[in-house]
Amino acid sequence: MIVAEQKPLEEIKSLIADAEKVLVVGCGTCVTVCFAGGEKEAGILASSLRMSTKLDGAPKEVTQVTVQRQCEWEYIDAIKDQINDVDIVVSLGCGIGVQAIAERYPKAVVVPGLNTSFLGLPTEQGVWEERCVACGECILGLTGGICPIARCAKQLLNGPCGGSQNGVCEINPDTPCAWQLIYDKLASQNRLHLIMDIQPPKNWSTSRDGGPRKITREDLRLAAEASE
Amino acid sequence: MTKTINSHSQIVAFCCRYCAYAAADLAGVLRLRYPPDIRIVQLPCTGRLDTLEVLHALEHGADAVMVAGCLEGDCHFQRGNIVARTRVNRIKELLTEIGIEPERVEMFNMSSAMGRQFAEAALEFTERITALGPSPLRSGLKEITEAVEM
Repeated sequence: MIVAEQKPLEEIKSLIADAEKVLVVGCGTCVTVCFAGGEKEAGILASSLRMSTKLDGAPKEVTQVTVQRQCEWEYIDAIKDQINDVDIVVSLGCGIGVQAIAERYPKAVVVPGLNTSFLGLPTEQGVWEERCVACGECILGLTGGICPIARCAKQLLNGPCGGSQNGVCEINPDTPCAWQLIYDKLASQNRLHLIMDIQPPKNWSTSRDGGPRKITREDLRLAAEASE
Repeated sequence: MTKTINSHSQIVAFCCRYCAYAAADLAGVLRLRYPPDIRIVQLPCTGRLDTLEVLHALEHGADAVMVAGCLEGDCHFQRGNIVARTRVNRIKELLTEIGIEPERVEMFNMSSAMGRQFAEAALEFTERITALGPSPLRSGLKEITEAVEM
């Protein structure tokens, strides 16, 4: 899932400084699960902003609403009236949610309430770790289900490097060496032959190096069907 | 003549039913006096404490929030009171960001047999909040004017 963190309250206050009526929009999907921008967090932020701006002597009218997903038109279309009724929208969605609202409502001023951090998972309650960088060419089948692109600081395809000491990465003693994990996993499965071949340089054109990415599935497009 | 006095402070106490709520009850049975500023809300466990409810209490006029759970190690749900303490610490950070004194929220631990300690905690916390003064969110708004016959 997408993992995010709320921005400091001061930063959010500076983003909404010129507005009087503010709508905080939560998102019911990834950021709800990582406790950053769901219904509860939208309520907490709205309450915090009401109290803080009141203490500053310029109280703002702050309301909140949460949609199931900010990254689909159908869900953000449902809050049209609330969005049109305010001066500014604070989106507690990930960067996609912020942009979706801004794109769907060209006249609305939309600002982010979160910093979108990474694609990861909760390894325990309250702890999230990065697991994927969406590089566009998955090699997990070769690496025992452990991604060296997301979890190796150097993104090595033929690791480990000399900075791997006692199973730990030299960048941080809390960061396990991804290639040590890969080796141990494949060794335990008697599949070490998978990493005997030298991997050629990675084709990064499927990642960000190729510019913004787009997937089109003609078999799913309703507009294409209608035009036939 | 008319005399203007400040109202009593308003303190919301979120109390676990297994300990602090029963301790408050015991304090009553023992005829112990504690300040009337305390308004008790029963929780099934302080692990149920919700940040949003604490903020709403403060936003809607409370001067402070007291959270009272079981003695550490004695939670009926294993770790509810430990979780509550970390949540209270998080709420204190949040209040600092908002501009409210973090001392207005505090965690207490006691058993159901500690009626006297509940009364003492209530008194100690009320004194602290009285010294801090009314919540900055309601200062100047809630003064009660009483006509006093002299």
